[in-house]
Amino acid sequence: MTVADAAGRAGSRRGLALGGVAIVWIVLAFVLNGRQTLAVARSDLSDFQRWVNGVNEDLGTDRGGNAVLRVLDGLSSALGSVVSTLQGWFSDAPAGRPVPEVGWLGVVAIAVLVVWAVAGWRWGVLTVLVFGAFGTFGYWEESIDTLLVTFLAVLITLVLGIPLGLWMGISPRVTTVVTPVLDVLQTMPSFVYLLPITLAFGIGAAPAVIVTAIYAFAPVVRVTAEGIRSVDPGVLEASESVGTTTRQRLLGVQLPMARRTILVGVNQTIMAALSMVTIAAFINSPGLGVPVITALQSLDVGTAFTAGVLIAIMAIWLDRVTTQAGERTGLVRSPSRTRRRRAGLVGGAVAAGVAVYYSRLYLDLAAFPERPDLGSPVRDGAQAVADWVSDHGSVVTRPVTEAFTYGLLNPFQALLADSPWWLTAGALVAIGALVGGWRSGVTSVACVAIILAVGIWHEAMVTLASAFVGASITILLALVVGVWMANNHRVDLVVRPVLDTAQTIPPFVYLVPALALFGTTRFTAIVAAVVYAAPVAIKLVCDGVRGVAPTTVEAATAAGSSRWQLITKVQLPMARSSVALAANQGLLYVFSVVVIGGLVGGVGLGYLVVAGFSQTELFGKGLAAGIAITALAIMFDRMTQGWVRRTSPTNQVVG
Amino acid sequence: MTEPDQSTADGSPALRVDHLWKVFGPRADRIPGSPEGELSRAELRERTGCTAAVKDVSFEVEQGEVFVIMGLSGSGKSTLVRCLTRLIEPTAGEVSIGGQDVAALSTSDLRDLRREQVSMVFQHFGLLPHRRVVDNIAYGLEVRGEKKSERLARAQEVVDLVGLGGYESAYPDQLSGGMQQRVGLGRALAGDPSILLFDEPFSALDPLIRRDMQQEVVRLHREMSKTMVFITHDLNEALKLGDRILIMRDGEAVQVGTPDEVVGAPADDYVRDFVSEVPKSHVLTLRWVMRPPTSDDVLDGPALPVGTIVQDAARTVLRADRPVRVLDGDELVGVVTEDEILRVIVAEEDVA
Ligand SMILES: Nc1ncnc2c1ncn2[C@@H]1O[C@H](COP(=O)(O)OP(=O)(O)O)[C@@H](O)[C@H]1O
Ligand SMILES: [Mg+2]
Repeated sequence: MTVADAAGRAGSRRGLALGGVAIVWIVLAFVLNGRQTLAVARSDLSDFQRWVNGVNEDLGTDRGGNAVLRVLDGLSSALGSVVSTLQGWFSDAPAGRPVPEVGWLGVVAIAVLVVWAVAGWRWGVLTVLVFGAFGTFGYWEESIDTLLVTFLAVLITLVLGIPLGLWMGISPRVTTVVTPVLDVLQTMPSFVYLLPITLAFGIGAAPAVIVTAIYAFAPVVRVTAEGIRSVDPGVLEASESVGTTTRQRLLGVQLPMARRTILVGVNQTIMAALSMVTIAAFINSPGLGVPVITALQSLDVGTAFTAGVLIAIMAIWLDRVTTQAGERTGLVRSPSRTRRRRAGLVGGAVAAGVAVYYSRLYLDLAAFPERPDLGSPVRDGAQAVADWVSDHGSVVTRPVTEAFTYGLLNPFQALLADSPWWLTAGALVAIGALVGGWRSGVTSVACVAIILAVGIWHEAMVTLASAFVGASITILLALVVGVWMANNHRVDLVVRPVLDTAQTIPPFVYLVPALALFGTTRFTAIVAAVVYAAPVAIKLVCDGVRGVAPTTVEAATAAGSSRWQLITKVQLPMARSSVALAANQGLLYVFSVVVIGGLVGGVGLGYLVVAGFSQTELFGKGLAAGIAITALAIMFDRMTQGWVRRTSPTNQVVG
Repeated sequence: MTEPDQSTADGSPALRVDHLWKVFGPRADRIPGSPEGELSRAELRERTGCTAAVKDVSFEVEQGEVFVIMGLSGSGKSTLVRCLTRLIEPTAGEVSIGGQDVAALSTSDLRDLRREQVSMVFQHFGLLPHRRVVDNIAYGLEVRGEKKSERLARAQEVVDLVGLGGYESAYPDQLSGGMQQRVGLGRALAGDPSILLFDEPFSALDPLIRRDMQQEVVRLHREMSKTMVFITHDLNEALKLGDRILIMRDGEAVQVGTPDEVVGAPADDYVRDFVSEVPKSHVLTLRWVMRPPTSDDVLDGPALPVGTIVQDAARTVLRADRPVRVLDGDELVGVVTEDEILRVIVAEEDVA
């Protein structure tokens, strides 16, 4: 009782303090509007940005003199030749041949065989349809390229990440060292990885593989370590009692018992890799990202939609196949079924071999046929819808856009970006400390300092305003839909699969419909961000509310609570830490998309990152923008993490 | 092993524990022997943040003996038994097994000790879920590098020994709790160790299964006469299995003795409380109920050995019309009459 009372009192004091900060901030922002905002013209560079430009130029012109760079270049060109060899086999005709070594029929046969072996024949059949879509939509080569780059990157990640995860799982010391690195890797929005990679490796397929491998690294390491750590200590002790060595325990007990968990990590890694590979089109990665980005930049909604749909199909297919593969491991089959399965697979392998052989003999089986052409109708249809929306739909979209722009976006922007920098900085640090605790306050000071140091304050605050609006909408949606799902089983049954699917699709695909609906406004990026972030947040709220003990709910109902009282007085307060976690995840997801949204929205840090790719004189500014985004993400991650920790019932670190 | 196999050498104890301490917490090694070591567990935790799970415990276990360690939950039994093979490192004191000082063993010698000489059976079985029953039983053999054909042949013998015939290829989660513990028992027996440690092996089982398993242990002990250290919090189990019983409270050894000593002469109120529920007539021998003969006694009645359990003596004593003589060998050590017997059986009175 007394502990709860004390917590309650501290909570209300914190609430008062936050209110105080908000009032001071708003009043001062009103009075001092437009002064000392640190806004600069796009071509005005800070010292830091000029220095980065210099480094970039030096690295671009003279790489031979530096040993480190020579190693990096060697690595890059080795990877590059692996990629082009693979392309020569499967997607792109090598020198001296009109078509790749293995024609489309052979590729499909191999894919079906592999999927059948790991996930069962039903998914093998579906694979035929998926690959059929790649070809008939007119993006066969790009699709296969995306798969090749993804798998190469995943391979590298697994080879390095699983051993590291195992090591982390058995050594607390390694955990302490590696965890903060993984934290930063996972808070950095995917887009931000690209510029530093070009600094070290240039652009092309090889840097794309490298950046994808790095981006996909954290999940598999984390999940592997978690799997190892969660092995029943009783089994481990029993194994120790018969005199096993550390190695025997790791390989004979921990690894097999963690296998399922590790496969979940492999699934997450593959999905992360796919989402990065599509974005890596910015650094000239081959694949489906290229048509999407080109089309987005020229506002060609039809084409962007067609290629985007393929990315979505590929994502859902990969997710389901790897999930299924994970669930089937450790399946106990009867000996006769094992024999039949083995015979079937051998037969399948022979058939695939024959298919590969014929795909090398006949041109029709090598280059994907032009007909049937499903791509054109889809493209034209999507374009027609987009045209219709922009002509007639504005009756609906215009008011929505304006309501959010004038009601939320502009006020937030005035508060954050158009008030003096020291006011905003002070307010952010104060809020950071109040919401997340003193450690979060210290992080806020450091992050604010970094943003100021790289000379990009005003744009950062503009981006922050967008992210705030996106996060607010996301959390509101999460509360409404999450509580609804938790209280209504049927809604859950319908909505959850949709959310699961939505979560697997790489975020920048969502820019396409958002663009069709809202044109090139700031709001477009926010919409895409909300669509991407909402599923995670909704599920967290729903699971948190559902986690409230049924007996508590029963007692409250018996005491005569209305539905509304039950939700606001029992379920949400008791699920507070889940709501906090939803806010944390929602905010990070929103950040990552708001940044990519710079591609179509034209403001803030995201735009600068995009500009950094295309204009060498803006490279330094783009990199500075990337650093600022990371600082913002870390700052808000720590803030909301602190909140999660404070509200979590066991007071343990979550996430 | 460089040491000769001690299990056959007579005389020396199979296991000796000398002033053993295990303290959990910050800078635990300063506690044993210091004034803080004298404090009660609660006080120690308050002052230093340390928990003395095992506190200055000493005992010896003879070859072939079944030695039971008993105490309430939290009294330090699991910690104590884990200190024997250093699954938990002791803080202070000495453990010697078959004459070897366990604390002095190198990592690889310690592994050999666990592989060859001492096996353990756990409360929650600790089976490998991804391996079949035979492979679980053969696990210890595999770990010490035996050839596949040999270890499977040996595992098959053990499967039959512990009554798992027909379940060789099942996976642990396909078996009931009792069957799973048979696998645990089989794994411990497969390496033919000289000492078996049991940490509350049957606490997680239903009462009926538990009784079966206790019979099983009695049978195995009769057939193989291995030294056993058996942890339990169930007094009936302790009385049924133990040649001697060590009673622990808050990490300390309160009493060591045979079942009838523990029931007949509890060392303190804690032990008395513990044994108050047992039917004494099932445990006590005539030694505990007899009285010295007086001049009034007619000493030509029937005679019984002093080690006879009261329950078994009852019929003879109640039938006799004169005092029954209690003999230790040929020597008359006391007499019992109806009065003494009925006091124990009907009134369940304390004898001490
Ligand atoms: N790893 C540990 N760290 C701290 N305290 C422990 C640890 N293991 C056991 N203890 C404490 O030591 C005491 C004895 O525990 P245990 O040996 O498990 O008792 P028992 O097996 O008799 O129930 C308990 O108070 C327990 O909380
Ligand atoms: Mg215990």
